[in-house]
Amino acid sequence: MQDDTRSDARALPPTVIDVRELRTHLVTRWGTIKAVDGVSFAVQESETLGLVGESGSGKSMTCLSLVRLAPRPAARTVGGQVLLDGDDLLTKSEREMQRIRGRKVAMILQDPMSSLNPVFSVGMQMREPVASYHGLRGRALTERAASLLASVRIPAPLQRLRAFPHQMSGGMRQRVVGAMAIAAPPRLLIADEPTTSLDLTIQAQYLNLLKELQQQHRFAMIFVTHNLGIVARMCERVAVMYAGRIIEIGPVRRIFKTPAHPYTRALLASVPRLAAKGERLTAIEGQPPDLATLAPGCAFASRCAHVMDRCRVDAPPPVTLDDGHTTRCWLHVSA
Amino acid sequence: MGALLEVAGLTKHFVVRQGALGWSSAVVRAVDDIAFTLDTGATLGLVGESGCGKTTTSKMVLGLERPTAGTIRFDGQDVLALDAEGRRQYRRAIQAVFQDPYASLDPRMRVATIVAEPLVINTALDGAARRRRVGELLDLVGLPERAAGLYPHEFSGGQRQRIAIARALALSPKLVVLDEPVSALDVSIRAQILNLLTDLQKQLGVSYLFIAHDLAAVAHMSHAIAVMYLGKIVEWGDAQAVALTPKHPYTQALFAAALPIDVDEPREEITLSGEVPSPLAPPPGCHFHPRCPFAMPHCATQAPALRAESGRLVACHLY
Repeated sequence: MQDDTRSDARALPPTVIDVRELRTHLVTRWGTIKAVDGVSFAVQESETLGLVGESGSGKSMTCLSLVRLAPRPAARTVGGQVLLDGDDLLTKSEREMQRIRGRKVAMILQDPMSSLNPVFSVGMQMREPVASYHGLRGRALTERAASLLASVRIPAPLQRLRAFPHQMSGGMRQRVVGAMAIAAPPRLLIADEPTTSLDLTIQAQYLNLLKELQQQHRFAMIFVTHNLGIVARMCERVAVMYAGRIIEIGPVRRIFKTPAHPYTRALLASVPRLAAKGERLTAIEGQPPDLATLAPGCAFASRCAHVMDRCRVDAPPPVTLDDGHTTRCWLHVSA
Repeated sequence: MGALLEVAGLTKHFVVRQGALGWSSAVVRAVDDIAFTLDTGATLGLVGESGCGKTTTSKMVLGLERPTAGTIRFDGQDVLALDAEGRRQYRRAIQAVFQDPYASLDPRMRVATIVAEPLVINTALDGAARRRRVGELLDLVGLPERAAGLYPHEFSGGQRQRIAIARALALSPKLVVLDEPVSALDVSIRAQILNLLTDLQKQLGVSYLFIAHDLAAVAHMSHAIAVMYLGKIVEWGDAQAVALTPKHPYTQALFAAALPIDVDEPREEITLSGEVPSPLAPPPGCHFHPRCPFAMPHCATQAPALRAESGRLVACHLY
């Protein structure tokens, strides 16, 4: 009996989002592009998953597909499941989705100006999610909005409610977006390059803030970035995307120390380091693939230093190494 | 090794109109009395956050902005005192590569025309000689010969940046200003371009003024680093010394914010509070004192001068 209670105490935190074999296709004049091609991952409460990859690798399209905001009519999610607390979002009606977005799933995008309306004061915009979630009005509503601004470390929040977005700095605006994201404490926060437009010291502040908010509200976080330093700092696990697929996923420490996929290895080796002046960087030759004319087999084959014949014919299946470390590479498939 | 570029007392003030009718005006000290030198064949990294004056500095060096005060000496000559012919020579010796290779190349010109344009304007080379030179330049930056006949849209971002570099090198400049040359490129492509720039420097002996947000890239590329904050240089010295053992509290915070990818690397947590103050009303004394974790009472009244400290120059009352 005692053993049971102890194992209960150590039980894993519940899984918030479980994505299974998600497929989103873009129908264009040049044919169908498999922007998201069988992506699977899960994120637990209070956990952060980093999603890294180059432009066009499908990381933003994956995030948009989760909340069913992939640009229509071109984008169509054609398969898979998106289970939020066990409930499949892909089967919801648009009405139901609207209640889920902003209440259970919040997003912070790269450019805060595109998330804020330039003609309304911050207060007007803050009150909307607060009113709809907490059912507050009047003075109580204003106070609640101000306390949210205070919780993202905006000084003089009551006065700031009257300010317009253009009167704030980039860091301040992104804080406002953060405050709106937690107006209704979300189960899942999707942060899509939230600090790319911020200066370095402001970025450090914002990353700390996101971590604090996560500790407070225990939400799961998907952090999209191309900055591997941010992944090392913010995330427990990381998924590396290439040409619409997750080619490697696992704990950050493991992947940064012993990357299994040649692309992950090359990516980590190509980043300059403060302490290594003068050494030649290990460049990845070639270009990221064009998804419209993707050859069969592994998408990285043409740039890979370890390419074999079968890589050009068959796409490698996911191989689990250990500790939840999975990769898609023929090097790790025992013959 | 001689100094190629010597800058002293360099200052740029912009007058901005304020108030509803623009009747009152204020002065922004975008660059405020800075000095640095850059040796032949070396790279000086210029770092700092937006609004610190690094781009204004590079524009003055490029001759695109006239300084309010100060001197720029290039190859021993006072650039600001040059006559028209001298200025023409100067502009040939100094070129630039900008951040966005999608914006800096004319989409309606073929690559051969783009790369040959500086030659047409500045040299008397005939068509055949120009074509030969374009061929050499494309080869130098690792593009195939047939690239000459194509248009910019037929190239990826990394290849476009190679075209921009070929154009910058067309007149064999002595100094190239690199303003965020890799930040618009994909992560896997950046190393290719940084390696190319390093190789070209070794081969041609060209100097770089390297401006970038990516501090690890700056540390990798530069021989010396100058750190700017609100128009002033707060630390200047050997790149490794500045990057690994920064002395100025701002430099320390900046490099602490440059997140290393080594998961085990011990790092100091220095997170600054507050934001960069408006350059319209910089704080008195040391501009950094309101955000400085080590601020002392006299930091608010006396501006620190750049002084030698541990083999570099630091402007801080701590030393």
